[in-house]
Amino acid sequence: MLESQKIFALITCCLVFAYIVNLVRTRKLHEEYSVLWLVTSLLMFILVLRYEWLVSITRLIGAGLPTTTLFLCSIIFLTLAAVQFSIKISHLTDQVKNLAQENALLRAEVSQTSANPGPEKDSK
Amino acid sequence: MTSKNHSRSLVIIPAYNEEKRIAAVVAGVRAAVPGAGIVVINDRSRDGTAAAARRAGAIVISHPFNMGYGVAVQTGYKYALANHYDFLVQLDADGQHDPACIPDLLAPVVTGSTDVAIGSRFLGKSYNPPLARRVAMALFRRIVFLATGKFLTDTTSGYQAFNRNVIRFFATDIFPVDYPDADMLITLHRAGFRMTEVPVRMFENSEGKSMHGGLKPVYYMYKMLLSIGVTLMRSRVKTNKLSNPCATTRTS
Repeated sequence: MLESQKIFALITCCLVFAYIVNLVRTRKLHEEYSVLWLVTSLLMFILVLRYEWLVSITRLIGAGLPTTTLFLCSIIFLTLAAVQFSIKISHLTDQVKNLAQENALLRAEVSQTSANPGPEKDSK
Repeated sequence: MTSKNHSRSLVIIPAYNEEKRIAAVVAGVRAAVPGAGIVVINDRSRDGTAAAARRAGAIVISHPFNMGYGVAVQTGYKYALANHYDFLVQLDADGQHDPACIPDLLAPVVTGSTDVAIGSRFLGKSYNPPLARRVAMALFRRIVFLATGKFLTDTTSGYQAFNRNVIRFFATDIFPVDYPDADMLITLHRAGFRMTEVPVRMFENSEGKSMHGGLKPVYYMYKMLLSIGVTLMRSRVKTNKLSNPCATTRTS
């Protein structure tokens, strides 16, 4: 790996790490979602510094070049991030559905109560 | 069935843009099962469905935004559970399901001979669905038979009646709100509920509207096959361990 490539990769990792930490600090990003980003930037940082580890991994997985391994790691990371978001969206969809149903039921109950005021709510 | 029994029953009608037909459906239900509760779940219609249903004498529950058929019927289940109804019937708001069949549909559930009664258009005098739909129905009929050992003729029927145990079961997140059909029947069977079919009359939709338009049939097939697959992979649900999803909702 060329020195210039190393420096560029290290600076990128540091910037991503600092940016994510700052987002958490300013409460724009929950800690829960920062894990994947921080772990990945740390991992990339280590692999760039310990280039021989990257070469070993490249040989292990049968990739042609160490940069291919890095790209592969990036794709795996993006896939994991997308899956994490899909899981979260599914969960949020359920929560929104339950809240909307609760809201509709309560509004119906309130309008029924206002339409039939009395000491007790009408029962079936 | 007596009027007293009907007072323990709730009829839910999920509705979306059915201003023209909802009043006739509500009137038909009232004539068929006098004394039963009638709830229209207005799934954020853009027309006057809610007002028309209210004028016809139904209780109207309006969703704050459109969420689809499955969510609408589940809102009805939650209402029934919170208001202590023992039996529930669901039918479509577009007039496809003949309300006159409700007493027949309710009868086996009320007598306790089954937990779920499914209205079958193929056992009664009904319209003949289009070929593509019949092929899909035959496929799901076969899958349901292989999974449950039960031969159900109409696995996509939304005209159903069930008892309180099923209402409680369906009010949880177990209920597949995204096209609840054959996968739901398999889930019910695996949870130990008894199912039976009752002949009902269904009419063809006069305006040709369908929840299965555009690319939806492709998604429907994908969703149903995936859902059935994962349903069979899941461990069986212990119905007695289900919590009450309406515990925070006050009841009358």
